[in-house]
Amino acid sequence: MSEVEPVDELSVEATPEPETDHGALVSWSRGQKVLHPSRDAYVALVSALHDEGYHVCTDLTVVDFLTYDAPRSLPEGIDPERFEVVVGVHAHATRSRLRIRVQVPADDAVMPTLFEIHHGSEAMEREAYDMFGIVFDGHPDLTRILMPEDWVGHPLRKDESSGRIPVQFKEAPTAR
Amino acid sequence: MTTTDPAPHHDAAPSLTDEGAQELSSADVRASARRLLEQGAVLRVSEADVAAAAEASRLESERTGIPVDETMIINMGPQHPSTHGVLRLMLELRGETVLRCKPIIGYLHTGMEWMGEELTYLQGPTNVTRMDYASPLFNELAFSMAVEALLEVEVPERAVWIRMLMTEMNRISSHLLFMATNGMDIGAVSMMLYGWREREEVLRFFEKVTGLRMNHNYIRPGGVAADLPAGWRDDILHLFDLIPPRLDEYDVLLTGQPIFRERLQGVGPITTEECLALGVTGPLLRSTGYAWDLRRDDPYLAYDEVDFDVIVGTHGDCFDRYAIRLAEIRESIAIVRQILDRMPSGDYRVQDKKVTPPPRGRIDESMEALIHHFKIFTEGFKVPEGEVYVAVESPRGELGCYLVSDGSSHPYRMHIRAPSFVNLQALPHMMHEGLMADGVAIISSVDPIMGEVDR
Repeated sequence: MSEVEPVDELSVEATPEPETDHGALVSWSRGQKVLHPSRDAYVALVSALHDEGYHVCTDLTVVDFLTYDAPRSLPEGIDPERFEVVVGVHAHATRSRLRIRVQVPADDAVMPTLFEIHHGSEAMEREAYDMFGIVFDGHPDLTRILMPEDWVGHPLRKDESSGRIPVQFKEAPTAR
Repeated sequence: MTTTDPAPHHDAAPSLTDEGAQELSSADVRASARRLLEQGAVLRVSEADVAAAAEASRLESERTGIPVDETMIINMGPQHPSTHGVLRLMLELRGETVLRCKPIIGYLHTGMEWMGEELTYLQGPTNVTRMDYASPLFNELAFSMAVEALLEVEVPERAVWIRMLMTEMNRISSHLLFMATNGMDIGAVSMMLYGWREREEVLRFFEKVTGLRMNHNYIRPGGVAADLPAGWRDDILHLFDLIPPRLDEYDVLLTGQPIFRERLQGVGPITTEECLALGVTGPLLRSTGYAWDLRRDDPYLAYDEVDFDVIVGTHGDCFDRYAIRLAEIRESIAIVRQILDRMPSGDYRVQDKKVTPPPRGRIDESMEALIHHFKIFTEGFKVPEGEVYVAVESPRGELGCYLVSDGSSHPYRMHIRAPSFVNLQALPHMMHEGLMADGVAIISSVDPIMGEVDR
């Protein structure tokens, strides 16, 4: 974004090239390895990792960064977006975990599904859709999983008015 | 490292069992994932679709005079006693055979992940402890370990061993509860009384240590809430005089009993590859003969310093899942006996003034201590920004906690990877082409806790 390159001589000398893995930029968070692929490269990356032994998709969730004030922990070259889909994969043979974080813009909250590679992501993607409204393209049954079928809104979004709607235990006259 | 191995990623892999490496090649998992898809055990329709289809087929059969469809969709739960709370299943049946099934969850959804963002890190354990209410200490442990990873604090040794002691005791109580409910679901109603009776003895120990039978809020970021009370060693030894003979009674009552075995053996089989494709962990995965236990394979706390076996099954059926849990109680007892021998002395929580409130005695004499205490409990402590995922082996499988911090005293995002939530996905595949009556045994053998499924 900014035109001025911040010159950090120490880090430039130590790592002239940014660390990448399967073409995705790598960052480390508290000793845990995180990959940052683009949305287009996401499925190919997970598929390649699956071929390398990352057979288990342990976790899939979303973070809504709408009201996040601190600087985002992203490697240089990744533009921060409002949503971030966080996927954990686990290789049992080498006992190594990887976390994949994909930026998803708010005005186009669509992600490709992992269902074809990891069947276990089905319920997790449904939960991500239910709670955050991220649409998983190609998912076999993208319906609400925790909220009622006719619910409007996505409760874990930061701009959702969860908790600010008074609970009415019997029908009361309202403006709506 | 140079290698000419055709599968280099297997080369570096340590073998999982005495019988050599049991790692799976990618093709196996892929093929079985495809098979799961073709088998079509999962029912993917909405209630409105079901109602519309039923109406259409009723009109059709009225017109022609013959029934159109041989299958029917029925509803089971959420108030069914064998569903362990509020699990609801939509079942497609042909006669008495289950064709497809769809677990419908969310009846216990109380927005606990949202609540986790509202509470401070110090209050967090009170929230997560209510997720998996049969093994609350594991939730607290996963959450606390995630907070500590963000804070980058080291927990004192005694706190680590107290955590191990308490979670292993919790594994015993959770599996005892499984013995009770599994027995009752199969029709061995007396097991309900025996299992709860033994569990109550363990809960009595918890009450003495933590003050509460359940929802302890005992394991907190930085250590544990209080040191072990006087006489804790005798209490455990008393428990271990009591429980093992009762487990032998279970063997007589259940393990060796022909009716019980008939109900469980060969029922609801699942394979290793299917489990991995579905992300299933815990006793379900181990019942397929795949030795995978985070306590051994991704050691946390001090599990690398104690000696224990990972129990595996062979057939991946309901009986294996029962037998594994019974054996894991005995294994946990063996672990706790080692902990009794090796419990170190020292502090039960980290003496980091940022995280730990001052001792009670200091509050009476020091104004600063009082302010410090007040600040920690009203504002909470601040956690440096970052994100981290920490997993522990709960009685149901991998229980993970993903935390994102923005540097304030509340988590920006708190997500719990609940083992029951993921394991429930295996239900349609295990029930596929089985009898309706076996469905109850299969649900029971998954041992889902709806509190953590719905969160």
